[in-house]
Amino acid sequence: MKKGHIIGLGIIAIAIVIIMTSIGDASSYESFDTAWEMKEDGDDKAIHVVGQLKKDSAGQVTGLEVGEDKTSFTFLLVDNEGTEQKVYYNEPVPADFQRSEQVVVIGSYREKEIFVADKILMKCPSKYQETDVQAAGM
Amino acid sequence: MINTFVGNLGHLMTIVAFVSALVTAYAYIQYFRANEIEKASWRRFSRISFYIHTASTVMIAFSLFEIIYNHRYEYFYAYSHSSKALPVHYMISSFWEGQEGAFILWAFWNVILGVILIHTNKFWEAPVMVVFALVQAFLISMIMGVVIGDLKIGSSPFMLLRDATQAPIFQMNPDFVPEDGTGLNPLLQNIWMVIHPPTLFLGYASTLVPFAFLIGGLVTKRYSEWIRPALPWAIFSAMILGMGIIMGAYWAYVTLNFGGYWNWDPVENAVYVPWLILVASIHTMITFKKSATALKTSIVLVILSFILVLYATFLVRSGVLGDASVHSFTDLGLSGQLLIYMLFFMVIAIFLAAKAWKHIPTSEKEASVYSREFWIFLGAVTLGLMAFQVILPTSIPAWNALVESFGGISNMAPPADQVEFYTKFQLWFAVAIALLTSVGQFFWWQKIDKKALKEALVTPYIVSVLVSAAIIVLAKVYDWKYIIIVLAGTFTIVANSVILAKLLKKSTFKLAGGSLAHIGLGMILIGIMFSSGYSDVISINMSGLTYSNSWEDEMNKEHVLLWINKPTQMKDYTVVYRGRQKKVVGVPEYVPAKILESTGNVNEAIALEDYKDYFKKGDVVNIVLEENDYFKIDYYQNETLKFSLSPMSQFNEGMGGLISSPDSKIYLNRDLYTYVAAMNDYADPDWKEDENYEVAPGEQFHIADFVTYFDGAEVLKEIDGYQLQEGDVAVKAKLRVLDYDVEKTLEPTFIIRNNQVGKLPVIDTELGLKVSLENILPEQNKFVFKVNQYQKDYVVMKAIVKPYINVLWVGTIIMLMGFTVAIFRRFDEFQKMRDKGLE
Repeated sequence: MKKGHIIGLGIIAIAIVIIMTSIGDASSYESFDTAWEMKEDGDDKAIHVVGQLKKDSAGQVTGLEVGEDKTSFTFLLVDNEGTEQKVYYNEPVPADFQRSEQVVVIGSYREKEIFVADKILMKCPSKYQETDVQAAGM
Repeated sequence: MINTFVGNLGHLMTIVAFVSALVTAYAYIQYFRANEIEKASWRRFSRISFYIHTASTVMIAFSLFEIIYNHRYEYFYAYSHSSKALPVHYMISSFWEGQEGAFILWAFWNVILGVILIHTNKFWEAPVMVVFALVQAFLISMIMGVVIGDLKIGSSPFMLLRDATQAPIFQMNPDFVPEDGTGLNPLLQNIWMVIHPPTLFLGYASTLVPFAFLIGGLVTKRYSEWIRPALPWAIFSAMILGMGIIMGAYWAYVTLNFGGYWNWDPVENAVYVPWLILVASIHTMITFKKSATALKTSIVLVILSFILVLYATFLVRSGVLGDASVHSFTDLGLSGQLLIYMLFFMVIAIFLAAKAWKHIPTSEKEASVYSREFWIFLGAVTLGLMAFQVILPTSIPAWNALVESFGGISNMAPPADQVEFYTKFQLWFAVAIALLTSVGQFFWWQKIDKKALKEALVTPYIVSVLVSAAIIVLAKVYDWKYIIIVLAGTFTIVANSVILAKLLKKSTFKLAGGSLAHIGLGMILIGIMFSSGYSDVISINMSGLTYSNSWEDEMNKEHVLLWINKPTQMKDYTVVYRGRQKKVVGVPEYVPAKILESTGNVNEAIALEDYKDYFKKGDVVNIVLEENDYFKIDYYQNETLKFSLSPMSQFNEGMGGLISSPDSKIYLNRDLYTYVAAMNDYADPDWKEDENYEVAPGEQFHIADFVTYFDGAEVLKEIDGYQLQEGDVAVKAKLRVLDYDVEKTLEPTFIIRNNQVGKLPVIDTELGLKVSLENILPEQNKFVFKVNQYQKDYVVMKAIVKPYINVLWVGTIIMLMGFTVAIFRRFDEFQKMRDKGLE
């Protein structure tokens, strides 16, 4: 066998390993229901859940509880199927958290009552959609 | 009054630039085809057309900057990216904060490069400039803002605010001009953000040059000659792009709060991947120049690097990443246009390469294991695999979008822990690269057989093992993975230093580029290993609070809550939060915020106390960005103050929320990195119920937890801001409140006028207290104080020690120097050949 072939095979082998691990380590978007099913099946892999913060009738965020030492908090997230879930995050409350339109939590269920987020991504109202130009200073 | 002139000018120039780009492309094609007689006139026409294009592109940039610089908030771009309080250098950042500005910047660099190429080339001008002009046409189309029916081409930065938004105010008054803009994202208010984007875009723009030469080579059937002019540009591009990446990493390190310099975010990956391929292409091009092999590989890599830049642009700017990235890029509706841009050049390049493929010379002979070609090829392959490993998962959102556009459902998400995922591959690839460079360099400079190789490598090998052993013992590197990295990194540095020394002895510095760059690589590897692998969070919460859930105890609390003035133990340090500060013009240090009171004008305050020799009580001072708060954190060791850090945070209403930046104490061998993650909001305090205290002068009592002394009262002759009349009585009580090692004086005042009582309470935001003198009971010789509490000021903070991070920064500088040396050498070669009339 020529050296070129060996290298070629080596490259293909490594490329296959890369593709397999990329698929294997890729996370997925789930709802809280499917995430809990995964947990019950013994799958502890971190997954993504997209949702919105729970709001009361006045549009205020409810269910946000900050830990006593302010270094962690829990909140209520409603996923796109309408399931409400208490989520724990081991970080101080991000600055624009309550303003976010959409929250992606990446993590897994600890127990049925609590979903532990390892990371939170927030989508905040974009400046481009700003339609309320302030009339101040006219 | 609305100024529409500048916007119209900018818009007109956009159209001129677009049309002239197309004309230039056509004219250069004619010049290329024309016979000898007509050639000169076509060339003159093509050049004039390109100069018109250049001038109009410069005018576009000028118009946009004029709008920002003169605060023309009737324009959407200025309104949404800038504000009056911004200093000029941040107005420059405002320019490219929006995507439109970024495209203009890109187009601007392209015309500069185009002008340089016209004046440095002879044979290559026509084909190269055709490619340039076409790229320019695509770029300019991104900012055209032309709407034909349902088809929208580009997004114009010269849109008026009233056309961009449907705000009701414009129905009442179409000529309404907002007083101020919404401001520049505070994260971009950093000096690195002034120079990082232009550098990065110059890097992006310059990848076009080798690509254009390649296309020129394929069209003119000079299948191998294009390498000589392309090579210095490829190295230039890799250098600038590398510099841009490093600046971005450094910016992230000094302004973002994720605690590091690299996060494997899609936006970072999108630049890293083309850079890897570019570096691989440089190596194969150099190999080709030496030994006529690897030409086809070079062609593939050069095409790939340019297409990957376009792909990166597509990923980042089309909105396809969606919530996969922490960087927020808004979808301007350009995704289709960006896709066509990428596919257009991809199809052309693949078509031309495929057509020429069987004519491209190859070397039939198999490369020996003892040849440099073999080792360099392995290096290029490894770089390619590195790039593949990163781009594959980064493209998951694009894959989802693709599946969904065909009606399928794909719920794949990027890996949950990106840092861990990418590191486990990239680390070992990087080790392989490091080892390949050290071996490869020996082959490069001398023809070597098995025996000579052993002899050449044995000394560096022994030296690097000894040096590694010293590093491992001294720095306590006990993880086997990290030991391998230290070995590989040291071996790279030592082996390449040996080569460097030999080169310098024998010939000039001009040849040293390669070994310098590789020494830098070794240092970068070691620097990354230490600063990331051994980064140590020292702000572990040790407050001793018990949590409701047992599992919460298992979680490391990586932040500490610091109440103002209260000492808190943090590993080797005792830290104390001392309150907020502001930056004042003309004062080299931060000034406590409590002695400044806003005058109501932007960035202006009145001093409530003297401050050192800088200003006196009552002076009006200018604040640098008044919305910035700098939190003073004192670090003590053995009861002595070692240093203070001032991490920043900015409350920006227009941007919606708080944004904070870290501050680091930089030592030669480590950084101590500190940032504020949450803080007290005392703008609108929620006062608790009244507490009344009856105290006699000289007595000691407690307000909340504070030991307080009531030293006595005095009758005032005058009060600041109040006109005392005949018969008025004003009494000021003096309270001393102790909070740890700080003593504060609070002086509430009590006024009687015509049997009416007036009270002037004092509010101390740091202690969270409101104290007023409620009543005086002369017969009992007692004073009544009313106290309302809120809460003491606090910050929640994180502190991380990053060892040997300077090795990383020094390594990057050495690597960039290596690239620079190589550029000069290769450009020199090209010039010599050109002046001989050979090219």
